[in-house]
Amino acid sequence: MEALKQELKERIIDVLNLEDIEIIDIQDNDPLFGDGLGLDSIDALELIVLLDKEYGIKLADPKQGKEIFQSIETMATFVAENRTK
Amino acid sequence: MYYISKYIEIKEGCIYKNGELEMQSSTSDFSDMMKEWYKSLHLSYPKFYKMDDLCKMAFIASERLLEGETSKEIALLFSNSEASLDTDIKHQQSIQTTDAYFPSPAIFVYTLPNITIGEVSIRHQLKTESAFLVSDEYPIEEMHTYTEYLLQHKKAEKVVCAWIHKLENSYHAFFYLVENQGDLPHTKQIINKIFI
Amino acid sequence: MQNVYIHQTNIISPLGFSTAKNFMELCNGKTALQPTQFTEPIGSIFAGKIDKDIFQEHFSSLNSAFVGSTIEQYIVAALLPLIQQKGLSENTLFILSTTKGNIKALEQNNIQAAHLFETANHIKNYFGFSRKPIVVSNACVSGVMALSIAKRFIQMNQAKDAYVVAVDELLPFIISGFQSFQAMSNQRCKPYDETRNGVNLGEAAAAVYISTAKEDNSIEIAGDANINDANHISGPSRTGEGLVLSIEKAMQEAKITASMVDFVSLHGTATVYNDEMESIALQRTNLLDVPVNSFKGYYGHTLGASGLLETVLTVECMKHHVLLPSIGFEKIGVSHPIQVIKEKKSKTIDVALKTASGFGGSNSVIVLKK
Repeated sequence: MEALKQELKERIIDVLNLEDIEIIDIQDNDPLFGDGLGLDSIDALELIVLLDKEYGIKLADPKQGKEIFQSIETMATFVAENRTK
Repeated sequence: MYYISKYIEIKEGCIYKNGELEMQSSTSDFSDMMKEWYKSLHLSYPKFYKMDDLCKMAFIASERLLEGETSKEIALLFSNSEASLDTDIKHQQSIQTTDAYFPSPAIFVYTLPNITIGEVSIRHQLKTESAFLVSDEYPIEEMHTYTEYLLQHKKAEKVVCAWIHKLENSYHAFFYLVENQGDLPHTKQIINKIFI
Repeated sequence: MQNVYIHQTNIISPLGFSTAKNFMELCNGKTALQPTQFTEPIGSIFAGKIDKDIFQEHFSSLNSAFVGSTIEQYIVAALLPLIQQKGLSENTLFILSTTKGNIKALEQNNIQAAHLFETANHIKNYFGFSRKPIVVSNACVSGVMALSIAKRFIQMNQAKDAYVVAVDELLPFIISGFQSFQAMSNQRCKPYDETRNGVNLGEAAAAVYISTAKEDNSIEIAGDANINDANHISGPSRTGEGLVLSIEKAMQEAKITASMVDFVSLHGTATVYNDEMESIALQRTNLLDVPVNSFKGYYGHTLGASGLLETVLTVECMKHHVLLPSIGFEKIGVSHPIQVIKEKKSKTIDVALKTASGFGGSNSVIVLKK
C-alpha cells in the first residue's frame, strides 16, 4: 500500500503539472481539493483519466470521484480494490 | 490620436522590451525557457504549469507588458496563424488509436486559441472586450482598425494587441499596448516597423 | 454612425439546406438529435449530424464545381445562394467563424490543411473576394462574435457589406474532448430542466449577408458586446459576470432597457453550470420576465456555428412573429424563475437578444431590432 501511495503522489504531480510540489509535501490524509493541493474541476476530471489509463478503472459515475479523490489514502484504497492493471 | 506605449517581443530565446534586449534564456528548450522566465518573475501562480506552450508564452509576454498597469479596462486582441494546432496535435495523438484512447481534459481545454485570452484575463482580472483572430501573418490592418474602434467608441481604455505563435519548434510573440499616451503613434506604418 | 442590417441568411444543417426549410421544421417541432454512430470507442451518442449522402446530393445540385473538404463544402453550400443573390464588390468583407475548422485533416497528419486560414483562403478564392478574410476562432461564442466584428468594421467605414459564415464539423476530435469533460448527456439534452445532465453535440453551417442598406425586412444589429468572465478557463463565472456585462453594454449601445426586450435566444447548452449561470445573469439584468429559449434541443451544440445559426433562427422568429419552445425543457431546474418558452405561440418580437458563452470565459451578446 505504501508503494502505491508513493506511486500515486508521483503520478499526480506529473499528470497535474504540480511543478512546485515534491512527493514529501503531500501527506496521505491531506485533502487534495479545496485548501489542500488546490486542485480544481479540470484536475478532478484528469484524475478520472488517470484511474483508467494507469489502473484500468472506469468509473460508472464521474460523481464518485468526489469521495475517491478526497485524499491519497482514499485514492489508494480505491485503486487497490478496483485495479485491473 | 492613440499611441503604442510599450511593446514586448519573444523570439530566439530572448525577451525584448521596446526593442531592447531584456532577458536571454540559458536554454534552447522551449518548455525550460518558459519555466526559467516564469521563475524570474518571482510569482506564485501555480496554474502557469498547467498551461500549454501557447498560453505560457502569452502569460509571460503579458506579464512583462502589463507590469505596473493599474487599469482594468484593457481589451485583449490576440492573433496567430495556427490557432491552437500545437496542442491540437497532442489531443489528436491521444485519440488516434482505439487501444490507447485516453483523451485528457487538461489537454483538450487548450485546443482553443482564445484560452490564451482567458488565461491573461484571469491573471489580470480584465473583464473586457476580446477576440482571437487567425491570419497567415500578423493582420496589421484588421488589428489597427479594431483597436481604433474599441478606443474611439470607449469600449476599452487601452488595448493589448498580440501575435502569439507557437507550432512545434517555431515560436514568436509580439505584444503591444495601445492607449492615449505613449512614444509611438498608433499607425499601421509604425506597427509594421516595430514588428519585424 | 451607420446602422448595420441583416438581410439574406442561409442554414445548412441536418434539418435542411435553407433557412426556410430549417425554420419550418422547427415550427413542426422537429429535432436533428438522434442516436448517431461514431467509430469506436465513441460508439453511439445523441447528436445532430448532417447526413453525408443527402448533403452530397444537395451539394451536387448546386453545380458549384467546388472541390474541397467536407467542412469547406458546408461553407460553400451556405454562402453560394447568398452570393448569387447579392453579389460582392471589391470591398465586401468575408468573415469566417469556426472553433476547429478542417481539424479532420489531422487524422491524416495533414497539419497544413488543418490551418484555419487555408480553409478561409480556399473559400475566398472560390468566390472571388478581393479582401483578406477575417477568421474568428473564439470558442463557442465565435458565431455571435463574428457578427459583432463584421458590424464594427462596417461602422469604421472599412466596408459597406459583409458575408459572415459560421461552421463546425462534428468529429471524434471534438466528441472525445467533451467526453473527457464528462459534459455529454446520453439522452436528448434538456436545457434549463431540473434533470439536465449535459450537452448533445451537432454540426451546421450558417451564413448571413449584412450591409448598411435598409430594406423592408431587414433586422438591425443594434448593439453588441463581447466581455470575458476573467474567472476560469472552462467553467462559467458562477455570478455570470461576463454575460451580465455583455448584456448591459449591448443594450446600452442599442439604447434599450430590459422592459423593451421581447425575446432572448440563450446559449442553453444543458450543462448544470452554464444554464444556472444564465439564469443568474438574467436575474441581474432584469430579464426574468422575458420569454427565453435554447435552440440546442433542436440541433445540439454546433460550437462555432451555434451563435450565428441561432441568430438566423431568432431573425426568423422576429419576421414570423413567433416564439419557439425550448424543446427538451419540462420543469425548471435553475435558481431563478426564467421564462422558458414551453409551447409555440404568436408574439410580436421587435427587440431580441442573442447570447453566447464559451470556454475561456468568453461571452458575446447582440441586440436585434426590427
